Amino acid sequence: MEGFLNRYRSITVLLLVIFAQLILVAVGAKTKQDVRLIRVWSITAVSPVARFLEGARGGGIGFLRRYVMLHDAENENRRLRDENGKLKLDNIFLKNELSRADRAKALELFQTKTASKAVAATIIMMGAGSNSKEVFVDRGTTAGIMRGMAVVTPDGIVGIVRAAYPTASEVLLITDPDFAAGVISQKTQARGTLKGEGTTICRVDYVPTEDKVEVGDWLFTSGDDRVFPSGFPVGIVKSVRASQPFQEITVEPVGLKRGLEDVLILTEAVHQDIPTTPTGNQPIYIAPPPPLSGAPLTEVPSGSAGTEADKLRSIYKSVGESQSFTYGGDPGGRTPDFTKMPVGTNGQVTGATKPAPPPAPGASPTLGTPGQASPNPATPPVSTNPQPPTVRRSNQSAGAPGPGGPPHQ
Amino acid sequence: MSYSNSRILLSSQREGQVSRFRAWVIAVVPLLAILFQVYVPLFFQFLSFLELPLLVVMYFAIMRRNQIGALLLGAVVGLAQDSLSKNPLGIFGIVNTLVGYFAASVGMRLDVDQGVIRLLLSFFFYLFHQLMKWVLVRALLGEQLAFEVQKTLILALLNAVVGVSLFHFLDKLRERS
Repeated sequence: MEGFLNRYRSITVLLLVIFAQLILVAVGAKTKQDVRLIRVWSITAVSPVARFLEGARGGGIGFLRRYVMLHDAENENRRLRDENGKLKLDNIFLKNELSRADRAKALELFQTKTASKAVAATIIMMGAGSNSKEVFVDRGTTAGIMRGMAVVTPDGIVGIVRAAYPTASEVLLITDPDFAAGVISQKTQARGTLKGEGTTICRVDYVPTEDKVEVGDWLFTSGDDRVFPSGFPVGIVKSVRASQPFQEITVEPVGLKRGLEDVLILTEAVHQDIPTTPTGNQPIYIAPPPPLSGAPLTEVPSGSAGTEADKLRSIYKSVGESQSFTYGGDPGGRTPDFTKMPVGTNGQVTGATKPAPPPAPGASPTLGTPGQASPNPATPPVSTNPQPPTVRRSNQSAGAPGPGGPPHQ
Repeated sequence: MSYSNSRILLSSQREGQVSRFRAWVIAVVPLLAILFQVYVPLFFQFLSFLELPLLVVMYFAIMRRNQIGALLLGAVVGLAQDSLSKNPLGIFGIVNTLVGYFAASVGMRLDVDQGVIRLLLSFFFYLFHQLMKWVLVRALLGEQLAFEVQKTLILALLNAVVGVSLFHFLDKLRERS
């Protein structure tokens, strides 16, 4: 060693002196980021070594854990399996809760849109017996439930209250052989009696052979049974077979389609119109109208909005207002002159595709108020649906046309 | 001095004669060179091209033929220059250390009493000094320092000419053996 140092003494001293001065430069100089070179060099020199050491340490420990120390693997696997099972159960529970929340929301929406008064109830148990078509709900006489009340969901009718107890009620489902309800075809207005068969399919009796009923037709309650108000969806015709004297028709009920958990019991039934448009199972969302303020180009005349009835209503209203007539005033007083209707360029009444007949002379042109029904039950009430078209369409989609349906027959 | 003036390369280190200087000469001459470099250009701007500390380091290195002594002298002179410049300590120090070491190494092999050799060595070490300084500044400090080859060559020649005269003067300060 001594010989080596003697032999290379000068070059060793040179390297030491150069190194010392490099340290001096590193201590004194700074980079553009105002960091001393000595720090940059130190970190640059140390970090690869540290990275290598850390990699070696992590690799070694990982190797030991993964391949050598496997004594905990079985216990951990068992624990994870248990945890996985518990999480699956939690997931199912949460999905059910979510579904329940959705159903409750739909029920609430339906309850607010339908004219009938209803009490929400939850199925708490099934009737005894494997083929039982009865359920019990958690509402009874204390909640105003009475025997014979109709039980529905937003999708359609479900059954009828067979017995009411103080805290619960027994509901006979639509599929029970003892169940019967008056129905009417949406297309042809053919009437019949729906009966349960103990299966998922019902049949319709007493439809004359000459009445035309086709597969796929929607059936609605007719109101003939004095239990279900008219206009509630019942089901879809699955098969039709000609027979004498009545046709053999089977129907798939829609009220039970999504299962039963929450239902509505109609405490005050109000008859509704049979919808003329095809019924969907899902309510259709319609976005709110755009703001009219500050946007004159997109402003829609009030007379052109809504259905034909809305247009006629606005026309009559404008005619009355132009003649200083107050609607809802003295019934025996002056009537507006409806011969002075505003006429469009094509000769038709503005805002309507057909000219509407004026009311009978002497009759008060009552435009109707929300919830107002005809005083005479034998006379069909004038359609005075105050709801906007979007609401009515939503109700129809949910199986609940607006108030003011046909009379109870 | 018994060796022939016509020979450039020495056949062995023993053939060359080591010059000796008094200690105060080795201390004062570099100091004066540094003072000259920082003070005289205040009055004579055109003399700023002179790199007297380098020439002094080189002279003592080639004449004393002691590598360790030469590199230490170069380091001290360089650090002194650094302390008087804007550079961080060590830039001139490293360069002059290397100049001292290599000059001492070359001085062992060459007949450094010849004027031509001194001229060539001064020229070469001036270029080496400038190049090393440029490399260190770029590499360590990250500064974009320009290296003008033509100007550097001219200055190297001028310093070499001045160096030959300076060496002749410094020869007077050698101890007589």
